[in-house]
Amino acid sequence: MITRGWLLSDDPETRMQARLGVSYRLARDLMRNPLAMVGLMIILALLLVAAFAPWLAPYSPVEGTLADRLQPPSAAHWMGTDELGRDILSRVIYGARITLMIVLLVAIISAPLGLLIGTVAGYFGGWVDRVLMGLTDIFLSLPRLVLALAFVAALGPGIENAVIAIAIAAWPVYARIARAEVLTFRNSEFLDAIRMQGASRLRIIARHVMPLCISSTIVRVTLDMAGIILTAAGLGFLGLGAQPPLPEWGAMISRGRSFILDQWWVATMPGFAIVIVSLGFCLFGDGLRDVLDPKQRSRG
Amino acid sequence: MIHVKDLSVSFSDVRVLHDVSFDVATGESFALVGESGSGKSTILKALAGQLPAFTGTLRIGEDNDTDRPFSARDRARQVQMVFQDPYGSLHPRRTIDDTLNEPLLIHGLPDRDSKVIAMLDAVGLPRRFRFRLPHQLSGGQRQRVAIARALMLNPPVLLLDEPTSALDVSVQAEILNLLKSLREEKNLTFLLVTHDLPVVSFLCDRLAILHAGRIVETANTEALRSGQLSSSYGQELFQRSVYG
Amino acid sequence: MSLLSVENLRVTFPTDHGPADVVRGLSFTLGRERLGIVGESGSGKSMTGRAIMGLVPAPGKVTADQLMFNGKDLRGLSEDERRDLRGTAMSMVLQDPKFSLNPVIRIGEQIEEAMAVHGTLGRRERRERALEALTAVRIKDPERVARLFPHEVSGGMGQRVMIAMMVVLEPALMIADEPTSALDVSVRGQVLDILADLVSRRGMGLILISHDLNMVARWCDRILVMYRGEIVEEIASGALMDAQHPYTRGLVASLPTIDETRDRLPVLDRGKL
Ligand SMILES: Nc1ncnc2c1ncn2[C@@H]1O[C@H](COP(=O)(O)OP(=O)(O)OP(=O)(O)O)[C@@H](O)[C@H]1O
Ligand SMILES: Nc1ncnc2c1ncn2[C@@H]1O[C@H](COP(=O)(O)OP(=O)(O)OP(=O)(O)O)[C@@H](O)[C@H]1O
Ligand SMILES: [Mg+2]
Ligand SMILES: [Mg+2]
Repeated sequence: MITRGWLLSDDPETRMQARLGVSYRLARDLMRNPLAMVGLMIILALLLVAAFAPWLAPYSPVEGTLADRLQPPSAAHWMGTDELGRDILSRVIYGARITLMIVLLVAIISAPLGLLIGTVAGYFGGWVDRVLMGLTDIFLSLPRLVLALAFVAALGPGIENAVIAIAIAAWPVYARIARAEVLTFRNSEFLDAIRMQGASRLRIIARHVMPLCISSTIVRVTLDMAGIILTAAGLGFLGLGAQPPLPEWGAMISRGRSFILDQWWVATMPGFAIVIVSLGFCLFGDGLRDVLDPKQRSRG
Repeated sequence: MIHVKDLSVSFSDVRVLHDVSFDVATGESFALVGESGSGKSTILKALAGQLPAFTGTLRIGEDNDTDRPFSARDRARQVQMVFQDPYGSLHPRRTIDDTLNEPLLIHGLPDRDSKVIAMLDAVGLPRRFRFRLPHQLSGGQRQRVAIARALMLNPPVLLLDEPTSALDVSVQAEILNLLKSLREEKNLTFLLVTHDLPVVSFLCDRLAILHAGRIVETANTEALRSGQLSSSYGQELFQRSVYG
Repeated sequence: MSLLSVENLRVTFPTDHGPADVVRGLSFTLGRERLGIVGESGSGKSMTGRAIMGLVPAPGKVTADQLMFNGKDLRGLSEDERRDLRGTAMSMVLQDPKFSLNPVIRIGEQIEEAMAVHGTLGRRERRERALEALTAVRIKDPERVARLFPHEVSGGMGQRVMIAMMVVLEPALMIADEPTSALDVSVRGQVLDILADLVSRRGMGLILISHDLNMVARWCDRILVMYRGEIVEEIASGALMDAQHPYTRGLVASLPTIDETRDRLPVLDRGKL
């Protein structure tokens, strides 16, 4: 039986109970932070909307009725229609899928890459560190959007390339953070102890060094999500990300730009979506940081 | 069991150890005492294979072939170390169980569960602590975990770097008693660094006194107990220990 | 007038099983003297020191009926005011040097940093003062050690660096938490001499937290024995062997002696206390 007392027990009887207890404490601390909960709600809503887009969207996201073009918000079209008569609400709903995909792919590619490079550089030090960090610094010194732009220009426009470009632009931050974290404990005695047991370097980095950097990376990735969404939208806006007729939010703003003064809703509605989702990730990331921050953990 | 001959160590041109030599027999408990910064921990690090560069001859355990250095894995089964700081020597995010399992996993040994439980019993930790994290343990309990970890691979030699100096006296007594019985049970060889002469008197058979990177005297514990150390630095340590 | 007076000091931490008092109603006064605090691990010695300094970590709560330092009430001070006090008027040598020193900054720079925060000395002067402080704690080649990173100095040297950092500030109140646990007896004597000098010459008040019963008994003017967050006994200098409380007697008994012949050391039987 899973009870509160069982989860909070100081003396777990099995590995399973110990792990569940740790997760339960994290979840409980997170729940006590109302803003983080708001953020989590927004993220969950994004997930649900993306999953059930075909059922939620009242119209097709790509086919419009030209007769209905540029209609203001109304009972039939809650967010109005665009210049091709497509329902903006439906496009925003389908756009959630694209945004989610971009965010997930970027996180899956760049976070592990940055973590690996940062921990290897920090743990080995010396010339390995200098080479890897030199590389990181070159990437870091360029603004993310400019860098992504350069890569898309090289790879050609399209959503897959946009994802790759953003991921390439995003990892250096994670590498820096992970390295800084490793430097604070690379000379610790617990690492001496594990070396003395004959562990291979791969094992030390993967099982002993990385776990100590993961929470700061997760926090940073969550906080970065807003920036990633904005970069993706920026690429879309410049016509280098998702290509028409895909309902990508940034591209939608870009098209709506021409009508911004007379038909404000065309650009504003996807703009709202971007702001709300970004805010959701920021709030959740902040809450996560409070919970995972190692300084809050007692050593005594 | 431990053979150190003409060990010299330099860090960026500064020589911190000068031709240190001593031998420790199987089952013996040998103490290194001396001035802070005189190179005691450095000797242990060299024996533990944690120093990149030194000159001289080191032999540990069943290794007779000086030309062929130990691989890290072989060495791990011959010698293990217990560190001074019980707060810094345990991984903060791994449970006691993870920590004790790790050496067995690295060396691919079977029966891990039963070995971990047997070791918890041997060092006097309640079995219910098995899945706790280090921050849920007191300093003395953590030091027991560190000792348990060092013994998981059954090495014949244990290097102890001030294992009780961060602990209060009641816990120190428990840990010293534990070390003494483990040594009797498993016929372990101890090389103990400490600055506390009474600890030497309780736990060790012989001692070497270091000063500025050199051994100034090797004596047996009887000489220490009766205050008959021959070097002037040894006498100073003795006087200060007894009269403050 | 006493330098520090503490009445009914409490430190409470919330835990999964309700709030836990780790310091429970401590009262004492400190003049310009050497006060020792002893007690087993977890008895609340460090938390007492931290509470006085305003350094109790996050979820912990400090309350007291009185907490006066030099005629100033410490209870209502803002974080900024406390920070001004720390380092100039009161300072603390924290327990483990490995955790208290920044691992990626050189020793010398860290000492200079400590002076820069509170002083108005020029760069050159700070450097010299830092080297002097290192020499004072008997570090032989201060120039070299100042350039090392914390992991490159020995355990005892790290402790002496911490002391050097606090001594340069010449505070009115110093709390030293296990400042000498990794020092050999001869260096330890000299470090204690420096502290004694500050007490007698500058009129500093010193609280020395330590588990080294013999040293505290010889060196301090008074000793407080703590057990589970409370003071169980106060002992005058040199009278440790006449201690009354069974807990204190248990601690004394578990000390090995230099002519030790017992096969096993007696340990505290906590069930009986
Ligand atoms: N990685 C390093 N780089 C530079 N110097 C070092 C390094 N490691 C140790 N040293 C120097 O070597 C000397 C001896 O250090 P060691 O840690 O062996 O002393 P110790 O005898 O253990 O002292 P303690 O009792 O204070 O722990 C010290 O002067 C120290 O500064
Ligand atoms: N962040 C925290 N949360 C909960 N309890 C804590 C926290 N920090 C310390 N404690 C508890 O406070 C008590 C007193 O700790 P303190 O550090 O003052 O002990 P101490 O007497 O200095 O021991 P030692 O000799 O080991 O340094 C301990 O029981 C400890 O478990
Ligand atoms: Mg040392
Ligand atoms: Mg303490």
